[in-house]
Formats: sequence, C-alpha cells, structure tokens
Amino acid sequence: MKLFIVILLVVAAILANPALAAAEPAPLRVGLTETVSDQYQLTEEWRRYMEHKLKRRVEFIRRDSYIEVMDMLRLKKLDFAWICDYPFVYFRSQVRLLAVPLYHGRPYYRAYLIVPATDLRTTSIAQLRNTVFAYTDPYSNTGYLTPRYQLYRMGEKPAQFFRQTFFTWSHRKTVEAVAIGLADGAAVSSHVWDTLAIVKPELTAATRIVSRSPEYGFSPIVAQPSVRDEDFRNMQKLLLEMVTDAEGKALLRGLNIDGFIAGSPHLYDEVARMMKAVGEK
Amino acid sequence: MNLLNLSFRYKTPLWGSILIVAATLAISASLMNQAYDDLKSDLLNSSANLSRTLAKTLFPTMMHEEVWRAFEIIRAPLHNGPDGSMVQPEMIFALDNRQRVFVSGQPKSLPLSADIRQFGEEYARLADRIVASPEPDAAIIEFSGSRHIYVAVPVSEEGARLGTLVIVHSKDVFLARFKSVASRGAVIGLLVLTVLLPINWYWGQRIAVPLVQLARNIGSVAHGVPPELPLENYAYRDELGQLFEAYGLMVKTLQEKVLLEQGMIRSERLAAVGRLSAGIAHEINNPLGGMLIALDNFKRRGGHDERTLKTVDMIERGLSQIRDTVSAMLVEAKVKSREFTPQDVEDVDTLLSGEAYKRAVIIRITSDLAKPVALPTTLVRQILMNLLLNALQASEPSGTVYCSISHNAGKLVIETKNGGHAISEDVMSHLFEPFASGEKDGPGLGLWVTYQIVAQLGGQIAAESREGVTRFYVALPAGEIS
Repeated sequence: MKLFIVILLVVAAILANPALAAAEPAPLRVGLTETVSDQYQLTEEWRRYMEHKLKRRVEFIRRDSYIEVMDMLRLKKLDFAWICDYPFVYFRSQVRLLAVPLYHGRPYYRAYLIVPATDLRTTSIAQLRNTVFAYTDPYSNTGYLTPRYQLYRMGEKPAQFFRQTFFTWSHRKTVEAVAIGLADGAAVSSHVWDTLAIVKPELTAATRIVSRSPEYGFSPIVAQPSVRDEDFRNMQKLLLEMVTDAEGKALLRGLNIDGFIAGSPHLYDEVARMMKAVGEK
Repeated sequence: MNLLNLSFRYKTPLWGSILIVAATLAISASLMNQAYDDLKSDLLNSSANLSRTLAKTLFPTMMHEEVWRAFEIIRAPLHNGPDGSMVQPEMIFALDNRQRVFVSGQPKSLPLSADIRQFGEEYARLADRIVASPEPDAAIIEFSGSRHIYVAVPVSEEGARLGTLVIVHSKDVFLARFKSVASRGAVIGLLVLTVLLPINWYWGQRIAVPLVQLARNIGSVAHGVPPELPLENYAYRDELGQLFEAYGLMVKTLQEKVLLEQGMIRSERLAAVGRLSAGIAHEINNPLGGMLIALDNFKRRGGHDERTLKTVDMIERGLSQIRDTVSAMLVEAKVKSREFTPQDVEDVDTLLSGEAYKRAVIIRITSDLAKPVALPTTLVRQILMNLLLNALQASEPSGTVYCSISHNAGKLVIETKNGGHAISEDVMSHLFEPFASGEKDGPGLGLWVTYQIVAQLGGQIAAESREGVTRFYVALPAGEIS
C-alpha cells in the first residue's frame, strides 16, 4: 500500500512537470529586427514554414533596435537572429555566422544616400552640412556607420557636421523621415529602399538617391554560439534549401531576396575596416 | 406714402409678415450663434484634451530627443478621421524652451530646430505670447484677423517644462462646418417662412377683406342707403361677425326708413293732389250743372233757328265732356252700393272679354270668393276693370294676364300679373299720379282713380315691374257679410 502511494506521487509529479512529461524540445527562438519585421504576416508564415520543416516549435522575437537583439543573443535568450552586418562585426566573437541572404544573386547590398525629392541640388553628403540628418540605428552599417565613415574620410567630425540628427530605429522610417522632409538627408539600406520602391513606390518617389556606397556583405543571420550543432545544421539547411520548394520561394519573394548561402565572415571585412577607421572600436 | 395709412388689406398681412420674418430671423440668428459657440467650444475642448494627451506622451521623447518618436506621436492625430473632420488639426508642432521647433507635423514648412519666430509674424506673436505667459494648462490663443486658432500646452512633468506643444486649427474647416449647419438652419427657416407667410397672408385677407368692405359701405352711408353685405362674407360670431350683423341691421333699418319716407311723401303728394282735384272738380261741377240746365231750358223754349241750335249742341257736348272728365277725377267713395259678390268677378271677366279678344290676350282670373264681401261693388269693380285694362294694354299679343282674388283674414286681396311692356322706373315713381302714363292711351286717370278708391277704402296698393313682369297688389279691409 505504501509503495502504491509512492508510485502515485511519482506519476503525479511527472505529469505536473511538463519538461519531464513531454519529450518535446524547447522551441527555437529567432530574433528579428526591423529589416523585415514590418511585414508581420509574412514573417508569421515564415515561422510556420520553419516549424513545419523543423518539426519543432519556433518563436519569433521582434525588437526595434539591433542592440536589443544583440543583448538577448548574448544573454542566450535567442538561438538565432537576423542582425545587421555592423553588429555582426562589432560582436564578432559572440555570434556564429549561420547564413547570408542573396540579393540580386549575390550576398551584398549597399547604402543609399537619400534626400527629399524636392532637393535637386545635393550631389554629395558634403553638401548636407548643417542640415538635419536621420540615422537608422547606432548599430546599423548602411544607416549609421557608412555616412559617418564617409564624413570621416572627408576629414569631417560626424558629431558636429549636421545641425541635428535623430534615430528612427528602422530603415523604412528613415525613408519616411526624408520623404516628408523631417530630415534633409539619410542613408538607408539599398535592400529596404528597393523593396519599398516595389511595395510603396509613392514613398520612395518622394526621395532621391544622391549616391550609392560600395557593396557590403548583406545583413547576416547568426546563431548564438552555444546553440547545439544539430539545431545549427538543421536551421542552416532549412534556409539554404528554401529556394528548392514553392513555399520557400514565395517567402523569399516576399522578403525580396533570392535565397541564402552559408557565407563567410570575410564578407564583412570592409565593415570591420570602416569601423576601425571611424574609431568606434 | 405713409405705411400706417395703408389699407388693412395690405397692412395686416404686411405687419404679420414683417413680424414673422423678424421672429424667424431672430430665432435663426440666436440658434446660429449658439451653434457657433457650441461648435467652437467643442472644437477647443477636444483640442485641449488632445493637446494634454499628446504633451504627456511627448515628454519622454523630448527628454530623450527622440525626434522620430515625437513625430510619430504628433502625426497620428493629423491623419485620423475623415477629411474635413472639424477637430482635425491643420498642424501640430512642439517647441523647445527657446521656441525652436523640436518636431513638426509639416517639417517642410517648419523644419527642425529652426526658430519659430522666423516663419511669419503670427508665429512670432505666438512665441512671444508663450514666453510672456507660460500657462500651466492648455491655453487657447486667437489673434484678431487670423485664420487660425492655436491651442498651446506645456510639455512638462512635475514642474519641469521641456517646451510647448501647439495644435493649430484652421478656422476655414470650422467655418465650413458652421456654414453647413447655418445653411441647414437657413433652409429650415425658409421652410417655416414658406408655410407661415401664406397662412398669415390668407388670415390677414380673411380679416381685412370684410373689414374693408364694411368700411367702404359705411363710408357711403352719407350718400344714401349703403348696399347690403352678404353675411357669408364673414360667418363667425366674433367681434367682426357682430359688426357685420349690426351693419346688416343698420342697412335694413335705413332701407325701411327710406321706403317709409318715400311712401309718406308719395301718399302726401297724392292726397294733396286728390284734395286739389276734388276741390277744383266741385268748383267746376256746380256752375257746370247750372250751365247745362240753362242750355236745356234754352233748347226747350223752341223757336230757335238751325244755326243757333247747332251751336248750342256743340256747347252742350263740350260741357258734357268737361263734366265726364271732372266726375272721373271726383272719386266718391261714399256712394251707396250693394256689396261685392262672386258674380261680379264673372261680370268683369265678361266685360273684358271683348277687349281681350281684340288684343289676342288671354285673361285668367282665379277667385276664392264664395260669399259676398262687405265692400261697395261699384268701386271694387272699377278697381278690377282699371287694373285689368291696364294689364291688357301693356301685354304683348298672345300674352296672358293673370288675376287672383282672395278673401282672407278680413282682407280682400287682388293681384294682377302681366308681361309685355315694363313700367319704367321714371314712371313708377309717379305711377299713381294723374296723367302719369304719358297720355298714350287715354287720359291716364285709371291708376289715379284706382289709388283714390283704394285710399278712401282704407286699403293699400303697390306695384312692381321687374324682369318683364308687372304686378299690382291691392289689399282692401273687408269683412264678410254675416
């Protein structure tokens, strides 16, 4: 009788503890920033696609700024994250490159220097002295590091060059800020601007591209270093094979990219050089 | 022309209309004024509420200089609601403590960190006002002649003020809204007027038209008897109705009075003529009788030659004619005669049949007499003969002359009726005077004699000639023979 009660208690304890009761592994946590998170419906479909392929629960965690996502990665609150090339370089030792998107068939993108369409005069960032300039995110390459690097190359001090600067925390909002004239200029990701030119042409039409930067490695998807190898491989395989099925292709079309490659950290050497030059690290 | 002297016909509806229009205008104006105030206070209240909420949300963004977040906050109300919504602000902007633009909803016209004073005099006045009197709560700022209303609220927390949030409303939107309210009011006002004015006009006419008729007719009293007013002109029992009734009564009395006067004058004249003619007749009759007797004696004596006798005969015939004429004028009612019997009616019919036949006129006499009536038959027969002969003479060939004789309630009533020549009004007024007929047929003494007989018998005689029918009416007081 005593033994029976003990067994009952053990069973009850097992049932009460879901970790022990269910053999299901913990969900994979994927961090997203603005890059694509404005399209909630699309990312939701992407998440279900991942769950379906991985046969495992996947959670998307959306944050406004790159630093928040980086903090969560470092605190191991995320397993994977789609971040910018700049924080990838900045926190190089704390993340593991998982995949690099292909844009126009190549793993590169650029920064566009844009001004309001009504400004027909500006041909270079040098002419934007003493104006209002919109930055995207202090951990964005195209939206922050690139224009500052350009100023640095011109021998200017970025902190004093503009009359006023502000952060919008999103490339898309940066385009908006320029389009409505809140900012006199800004630098944005070519991928976001080009995508907006397709989905919201009236917005990009209110801006004008003054100059295009050299190519940089496309914003990568990274893994938290302690993610299990199996999970890393599965996720990487999933991303790389998205081009092979119709559903994956549709998602890629929605994200306005052509697919993923495993990529190499050397893609980001230029960013590291710029970062060193500007003295941010 | 003095408006106060206008006819009631115009004055009553006119004054009524003026009062209605004035009342409608006054009510409309006060309602519109009220609507204007309500609209404005609604607008400003909701705007003040909005500004407080925005200012509270804006505080951290200003503190952290998060321009984009601030822009997103102030942009929301600018794109809310349908176009033309009254509370839709035209512009929202936030100023820092040095009155420089921290963020604005229209950065192209109000760029960041620019001093607001440089964008026009109105903004400069606004900035001065904000500096001069930093209100602790939302302040409504309105400059005379300005197209805008400003709602300024401090962006502050626990006494720390970072700047000022300003919501700009265009009066145009507000006025457009007010105009739509006002035009709706105007349409309703016009509808009220289109209903009330015709009612007022009709009502005014309804009162005024009878009053005007009354006034006009009363005005003609001085010139004679005013015409009667049909009572249906005003069929109500109010004061005006009573006035109509009184007027009707007055007209009737006046008419009776006039008729009475006319009758009196006529009968007095006839009496005078009667006395005169009777006097003259007596005066003539006496010597005439002597002359005729003398001539008779003269002829009887004999021995006169042919010529003398011829002359005497001629004189005798002339004197006889004078006697006949005079005796015709000398009506003697007190002659001794038997009473009038139904047989006399038949006699008259027979006597007239020859004349009727000659003129191809039919005579219809109806009589309800069953017994003799206590009236001298000679005189009654003369009355009947005179009236019927006149009727025969006036009738067209193949016409009919009617005569009715009735005895009732102590009265013998004779009525004759004929067509043909009507009696002219001129003749009618002297009908019973001697030689009134213009001497076309006979000496014109028939009706005069008839009148004299009727008058002496204490009866009444009347005549009328209307629409081609001439009637005579004679009533004689007569008892039955027991």
